[in-house]
Amino acid sequence: MATKAEVLDFIRIYGDKMAEHRQELTDFDQAIGDGDHGINMNRGFKAVSEKLPTLGDKNIDDILKAVGMTLVSTVGGASGPLYGTAFMKAGTVLKGKEELSDQDVISAFEEGVGGIKFRGKAVQGEKTILDSMIPAIDAIKKSISEGNSMTVALEAGEKAAWEGVEYTKTIIATKGRASYLGERSIGHQDPGATSMAYLFQAAKEAAKKSGK
Amino acid sequence: MVGIVVVSHSQKIAEGAKELAHQMAPDAQIAAAGGMHNGEIGTDVAKITEAIQSVLSDDGVVIVVDLGSAIMSSEMAIEMIPDNKKIIIVDSPIIEGTIFGAVESTIGSPLEKVIEVLKAAKNYKKF
Repeated sequence: MATKAEVLDFIRIYGDKMAEHRQELTDFDQAIGDGDHGINMNRGFKAVSEKLPTLGDKNIDDILKAVGMTLVSTVGGASGPLYGTAFMKAGTVLKGKEELSDQDVISAFEEGVGGIKFRGKAVQGEKTILDSMIPAIDAIKKSISEGNSMTVALEAGEKAAWEGVEYTKTIIATKGRASYLGERSIGHQDPGATSMAYLFQAAKEAAKKSGK
Repeated sequence: MVGIVVVSHSQKIAEGAKELAHQMAPDAQIAAAGGMHNGEIGTDVAKITEAIQSVLSDDGVVIVVDLGSAIMSSEMAIEMIPDNKKIIIVDSPIIEGTIFGAVESTIGSPLEKVIEVLKAAKNYKKF
């Protein structure tokens, strides 16, 4: 079970990570893209963190929708509509919820990844966010189905996400700015897959902090 | 009159395309949605949504974009507007498309014709 406080904590932790890894994500993006991923994500989540104090009395679905709406107007790059759609879509399956069951968390992740696929018209294996997100969600589902707690499942999810990031080094980008580089994109990890791996890391840390 | 929305990562490009098009068609309904709310480089769904609404009529709206997130942000902006069947993103060069669209819309052409002209701007020979 995840409480509203844990969800808010997760968003705060993720925002801190986007500030902490701003330069690193930007450097990865400079290698194969337009070099603004860290700057954009940090700007978006800074706006989110300014908004969070006003969201405390809202339901979880409204919180996630507000996060998404903020991102699409403050991130500035492609990650704005992608992460924004993910948060908004995740919100739609949690209507009126004040706390989340493990199944709710999985549904939210699945709805989020569906939103990113729809928005980006992308599939796994194109050197995008999806290459860390899909394996992470699969690992979480597997772990929960084996009877583990959400904290253990999120640990497995984060591990799978980082493996996905490693995998992006081996493939050619066919979506986004990096696709202009063709084979020269090989050897570089995808910045979007990386920022998504930090999202699972943040979720894991929020779950661990709550001691469940 | 068909409205035109110019979506660029750069506020200056969007404003510039509008300015240039207005020189040829002063009455054209053009809204510039370039950059972020503070003028930084990027695209902003709220800004694009407002721009669409400012030129929206029963005649419809065409959106011209530069690249990347301009397309996804424009798609999201369209989804924010309830009656959005006649709001169309057109694959057209942003500056030429804005100018051609401005001229075409002010002579009263319907949405389909404006879209056709915008698409044709892609093959327009400059010399």
